[in-house]
Amino acid sequence: MLELLVAHLAMVLLAPALVSWLGRRAFLVLALAPASAAAYALAWSSRVADGHGPTQHLEWVPGLDLSLTFRLDSLSWLMLLLVGGVGALVLVYCSAYFSASAQGLRRFSATFVGFAGAMVGLVTADDMLLLFVFWELTTVASYVLIGHYAERKASRRAAMQAIVLTTAGGLAMLAGVVVLGTAAGTYRLSEVVAHPPPGTAVTVAIVCILAGAVTKSALVPFHFWLPAAMAAPTPVSAYLHAAAMVKAGVYLVARFAPGYSGLLAWQVVVLVLGCGTLLLGGYRALRQHDLKLVLAFGTVSQLGLIIVLVGLGTRSAALAGLAMVGAHAMFKAALFLVTGVVDAATGTRDLRRLTGVGRRMPLTATAGGLAVASMIGLPPFAGYVAKEAGLESLVHGDGPAWVDAAVLTAVAAGSVLTVAYGLRFFWGAFASKAPRPEATVALESGTAAVEPLIDPSRLHSQSPFLTVPPLVLGVLGLATALVPHLGEHLLQPYAETYPTGEPGHLALWGGFGPVLAITVTVLALGALAWWQRARVEGLQLRWSARWRVPEADAVYRRTMRRLDDSAADVTSVTQRGSLPFYLGVILVVLVALPGMVVILGTSWPVSVRWWNQPVQGLAVLAIVISSILAARARRRLKAVFLAGIAGYGNALLFLLHGAPDLALTQVLVETVTLVVMVLVLRRLPPYFSNRPLARSRWTRLSIGVASGLAVMAFALAAPHARTAAPVSDQFAEGASTYGGGKNVVNVTLVDIRAWDTMGEISVLLVAATGVASLVFIRRRTGKVLRARDAVPAVDGGAPGVWSGGTVDDASAALRRRGTEPGAHDRMRAWLPAGGTLAPQRRSVVFEVVTRLLFHSMVVFALFLLFSGHNGPGGGFAAGLVVGIALTVRYLAGGRYELGEAAPVSPGVLLGSGLFLSVGVGLVALLAGGDALQSVILEWHVPLLGEVHLVTSLFFDVGVFLVVVGLVLDILRSLGAEVDRQIDADARAMLESQGALDDEGRLRERADVPADVRGEGTRRAGT
Amino acid sequence: MSGAQHAVEMTPNAVLVLAIGVLVATGVYLMLERSLTRVLIGFILLGNGVNLLLLVAGGAAGGAPIVGETPVGKMSDPLVQALILTAIVITLGLTAFILAMAYRSWQLHGHDEVQDDVEDRRIARLAARNEPSFEDADAEESGETLDDTAATVRDETDEEAAE
Repeated sequence: MLELLVAHLAMVLLAPALVSWLGRRAFLVLALAPASAAAYALAWSSRVADGHGPTQHLEWVPGLDLSLTFRLDSLSWLMLLLVGGVGALVLVYCSAYFSASAQGLRRFSATFVGFAGAMVGLVTADDMLLLFVFWELTTVASYVLIGHYAERKASRRAAMQAIVLTTAGGLAMLAGVVVLGTAAGTYRLSEVVAHPPPGTAVTVAIVCILAGAVTKSALVPFHFWLPAAMAAPTPVSAYLHAAAMVKAGVYLVARFAPGYSGLLAWQVVVLVLGCGTLLLGGYRALRQHDLKLVLAFGTVSQLGLIIVLVGLGTRSAALAGLAMVGAHAMFKAALFLVTGVVDAATGTRDLRRLTGVGRRMPLTATAGGLAVASMIGLPPFAGYVAKEAGLESLVHGDGPAWVDAAVLTAVAAGSVLTVAYGLRFFWGAFASKAPRPEATVALESGTAAVEPLIDPSRLHSQSPFLTVPPLVLGVLGLATALVPHLGEHLLQPYAETYPTGEPGHLALWGGFGPVLAITVTVLALGALAWWQRARVEGLQLRWSARWRVPEADAVYRRTMRRLDDSAADVTSVTQRGSLPFYLGVILVVLVALPGMVVILGTSWPVSVRWWNQPVQGLAVLAIVISSILAARARRRLKAVFLAGIAGYGNALLFLLHGAPDLALTQVLVETVTLVVMVLVLRRLPPYFSNRPLARSRWTRLSIGVASGLAVMAFALAAPHARTAAPVSDQFAEGASTYGGGKNVVNVTLVDIRAWDTMGEISVLLVAATGVASLVFIRRRTGKVLRARDAVPAVDGGAPGVWSGGTVDDASAALRRRGTEPGAHDRMRAWLPAGGTLAPQRRSVVFEVVTRLLFHSMVVFALFLLFSGHNGPGGGFAAGLVVGIALTVRYLAGGRYELGEAAPVSPGVLLGSGLFLSVGVGLVALLAGGDALQSVILEWHVPLLGEVHLVTSLFFDVGVFLVVVGLVLDILRSLGAEVDRQIDADARAMLESQGALDDEGRLRERADVPADVRGEGTRRAGT
Repeated sequence: MSGAQHAVEMTPNAVLVLAIGVLVATGVYLMLERSLTRVLIGFILLGNGVNLLLLVAGGAAGGAPIVGETPVGKMSDPLVQALILTAIVITLGLTAFILAMAYRSWQLHGHDEVQDDVEDRRIARLAARNEPSFEDADAEESGETLDDTAATVRDETDEEAAE
């Protein structure tokens, strides 16, 4: 059975290509997949009937008790045969049904075959969770197929309704499956049914599972999605909504009935809903004018009947139910296919308009006639055999007498309705009708305009691909009925697993008795109801007008409306859209719950000392003052610098606590942060906007103080609360033995907790990419700006970076030397791209210092990188030092200088860094160790002496590259790109004010306000 | 390290706890503001406070955790140091990202303030009036009967057959 699933999956994957290649003829190839399922079932027939069906078992997720377990017993065999056989015939039919130019056939074909595959899995799975997986797959495929004409609102609404209802049922079913599986201790379907666990929980679980079956098989009160689903293409209606998917609910009921049909809840649900559906569906079918709707309500009705039979719990009813499943699949699929043929030929499905079709299309009419005969239970057809067996089992029922009588009455009444709508369908589709006056039509139908009858003379014979599949199904309905003992032999094994009742029989002639009387009465009454169809329709209209029973569909729509409303109400209460509000709630919860627990429930330390060393007191004093001032500051830069001081204070505390690595990193990060902040804040207004909201400030202050106190309580309690020895006690020893380093913190980062570091550098990469994508609005090329690419600010050729878009002022003339084109040949520049900077922005001292410092800093960084394994340092610190060196170059020489200093795209650094770190992990894995395990290599090299190399060094190099890439990306985005935007803005402003002459030089004109000119030459702020 | 040693060394350091409290309080105060720059500064202060908290939670001060420099028993806890080091560098990435957001916000709106979510406000306004906040075809009562709908729905069938 696994092979069948693989075959279907392969066809799903091939389907789009096949349709592209072969057009609609591809359906003939695709039919092979379900045909193989039918052939498989046929090949196993005799062995399954003897109880020797195949089983397959494959572990899937052992930890979750999930396994791919399949088995083929008589029930699965029947379903597999139907799913495969009808599927193949419908696919053959598709190859001629759809127009060659029809849209979306690729998606349609793949989904259709995928659905068939899911159905195969569903009916053969022997694991409840696996069954659920296939169950939901059929739901999703059905959603796509119903909504095939996605541009039509009716299709979308029908598809949405179907998926909402069936998924709701499916979720209930999942809950039931889990409860049942837990109670039984196994998810194996056959075991759960063979040994039903006792208890109330199991009853609830069974009701939940029945909810899944009820929604899937469109039982009252969820029946309405099925008629609406007729918006799907007719082959889909024929397969999913007649033969296959809606039978999944029947299958589920039949599957669980042997173990659980004795439960009172089961009997109530199955019998009440089944009988109700049987009657309601038949009743509604009698007033439909669309052939597909007649069939759809007929299907609803028949599903009710089948559920009653297979769910009743007696062996004879079960046998009749299984026979009915087969008979119904054959005649209902055939009828839908016939409807499709008529629809395609005439252009309508309105039975008031169709006339003379039977005479012009005899083959189609024959197929339809055979199927209708089976449906209404005429002898000698399959439907008759099944219904006779069903009536027989009910007449000789062994339940409470009144229940049997009620069910028998309902089934008989339902059969009368079936006869009536069956005849109505056949008459409507194929009979020749006399034209009637408009007025009568309008009166009878209750709707205003009905289009006139079609002209039958335009019809001609149909493609055999269209007519043969329904004919095959119709003939099969006759053929199987002629050998009833064969059907009994094949289906009896499953019926015998039911707990109660005598075994039933399938026969063409049951002898004289009450059953025969019932059958004759049913046929007579049904024919009478059809004969008086106009009265029946009129009666229905009057009744529905008088009682005003709300339509199930309208109730559903109203429920969805209420759901939307309550969702909006909940959203408006919980999702206020205010960031401070959200943060405030989180913090208040932090104080109120964990904070209170700490304060009330901890034993406090006996003694407290002020400090370990008095210097700590000084550092804390600096932190306290600067952070309070930062919170009060109204000026952005002031706040930034004060926060920086607090950061440096932290670094000092780290150092005093015995954490030199932290101190080093904190100092470096604080420095980079300051520079980056200044780079951005030059663009923002210098002051925070004034928001004199005194009350909200007090609220914020109190939340802040409360949070601070809660965290202080935690800080006091935490060290004292330790009960176990710290895990890091073994780190020091491990560092030297397998980490190969002396700096325990560094070894922790690159070896012991290397996975965490890997996650962190991935976050850095994402942050860097985020920064770049927020700032580079136009596009981000891989191009690195070099000195030779420098664009002059003005046409005169003067360098432009930070010039404000104008030529330099007179006072900068001295510094212009060396910036003229060709100047590089004549004199030596301190920095390669120094000449690209606007002269008034250059500082020779800064350039010289940069020139002297840059390489020393890079060398220092390399020292930190390589010595970091044994002393303070490592990839993070080294990367930050290189970052600061690049920052210095950028500040001294402008954006082109940055390209000269690091002529590489930050993306390359970030990517290769992460790649290197991952690669080290993989190499260790390939070498047979754990991922990211270190290997220590030692060898003797002449001149250098002992070389001690640990592979985690390469991991650290990866970290180093990522950090350099991060800083470089920040400088390129928040530095260089923002510079460019400033220059462009300033130039645009000057142009718009007419302050530039034709050559782009600043005009000395009286009418240009002085501040505009000044603005241009200052760094353009706002 | 023996248990007794732990008890002695677990005496809290009052100034560190004070620094933690002030950093967290000022950080939270700033984070509840609407200006992104202040939120960011608040986050940095809060981050510093939490880093100190981790350090204190790790135990008493000691020597640098470098084998050979400090005897194993006298080292400060290296695990919390690795955690804090990671946190410091992540804060740098976060700082850059929030600054880029502030810059972008300034470019688009001329300020860097976090406004209330317009969509959330719209939903709340409509919910107060009990009006639908989005078009839900599934909840519409079209008033059409199934027959009306069925008459409009036809498949793309073979044209030849229809002739």
